Amino acid sequence: MDDQDHDSVYDGLLGGDDSQWAFGTSFEDPLAGVDTTVPDGVDRTALAAYCLMLGDDALVASHRLSQWCSRAPDLEDDIALANIALDLLGQARLLLARAAAADPAVVPALPEGSPVPPEDALAFFRDQDAFRNVRLVEQVNGDFAATVVRLLVLATWRLALMQRLATSRDPVLSAIAAKAVKEITYHRDYAGRWVVTLAQGTAESRRRVQAGLATVWPLRWELDRDHAVEAELAEVGVGVRPSSVAAEVDVLLDQVLGVADLERPDVKPIGAHGGLTGRDGRHTEQLGLVLAELQSVARVHPQGRW
Amino acid sequence: MTAAPAGHRQSTALEVASRVVDPELPMLTLADLGVLRGVEQDGAHVVVTITPTYSGCPAMAAMRDDLLRTLGEHGYDAEVRVSLHPAWTSDWISARGRAALRRHGISPPGPAPSGPVTLSLLPTRRDVTCPQCGSGRTELTSEFGSTACKALYRCADCLEPFDHVKEI
Repeated sequence: MDDQDHDSVYDGLLGGDDSQWAFGTSFEDPLAGVDTTVPDGVDRTALAAYCLMLGDDALVASHRLSQWCSRAPDLEDDIALANIALDLLGQARLLLARAAAADPAVVPALPEGSPVPPEDALAFFRDQDAFRNVRLVEQVNGDFAATVVRLLVLATWRLALMQRLATSRDPVLSAIAAKAVKEITYHRDYAGRWVVTLAQGTAESRRRVQAGLATVWPLRWELDRDHAVEAELAEVGVGVRPSSVAAEVDVLLDQVLGVADLERPDVKPIGAHGGLTGRDGRHTEQLGLVLAELQSVARVHPQGRW
Repeated sequence: MTAAPAGHRQSTALEVASRVVDPELPMLTLADLGVLRGVEQDGAHVVVTITPTYSGCPAMAAMRDDLLRTLGEHGYDAEVRVSLHPAWTSDWISARGRAALRRHGISPPGPAPSGPVTLSLLPTRRDVTCPQCGSGRTELTSEFGSTACKALYRCADCLEPFDHVKEI
């Protein structure tokens, strides 16, 4: 293989060609060639909002998991959490691209000539109140035990939801979901095994996993609640009502707690705030801190160059 | 669409596309990996369809660029399209691909799981043979390895660590 087969990695930094350094080195559309026609009888604004909900859950959870990179208890788990974060980032990218294709009006306007693709504009240029993720995913990681408890809750819920979404009347959502099921199966097993291992480990590891449960459990309420957008999309055969997976999620979490010999925490749920939840863009302070880290470089350089 | 110089196109687009290798597993062609789903040729114009292995696989951009460049070098005006359905499965890795993985010290995947998704709280059990020494005494180190598609194993006989391509 001769050297001319490879472009220099510095080309993008030096400018002068059509590739850019920021936002990846090439701007291929993750849905290139995919038919993104909105199915009959489906409101495109609602479909875009729904895709943002599932996409923002993945994006913010991915960012929090990526904060473990180089800080996990051992190398294997460092790599595992980074891999799980990468899977979720891939799901986020497809879902945000699907949101943009369904309703281009959700994509923030950028300066003329900006090469930022729609899914990146959604990730990096929306303000906190336009994010529709559940508040569960934006909270600080806490220790490793709290992180695996939260991952267990998120993966169990998301897997149950994606299994049903795989039969969505929107072929794009259905394909994204079918793929996600394969990936999240590994995430759920990973988190469940660690919860059991920590619960059966030392008194200290058990104390930490119990503390993690107490922190995460109140945030489950929002996962099970049907938002108006979710209900509307379920009605037309495109989305899934979270309430329809709540019982299954409960049983699965009980199975893990049973094997781990842990009690369900007796804690009060964190409900809506002024009638609004994360799905409406009402977040905790933590999301602002996540977005400051996630978005600051992109916002300073909206042309993708410096 | 511009016509390619005559004589440049000595191989069909399918032959050219089928020779492009995976950027992270260069012993495998994209065809053997099962990522290359279709090549439609209409004169000099070619539409290549690929299916991502994992949603977040960072190699997808490199795969697309390699396909475009290689086909371009052979006189084709190529376009790469993504097909998300059906989702990629490790079952699509060809017999030749599996043999190539093993030759290069990577354990190929077993059959992908099918049917209902079950919660598994015990370490995954697979019949994995060490690609270095052939021993069947192998142990899982981690379900997540050097890339999204691989788990990390260790051989209890030759003690070498090795990658195993996961079943999905």
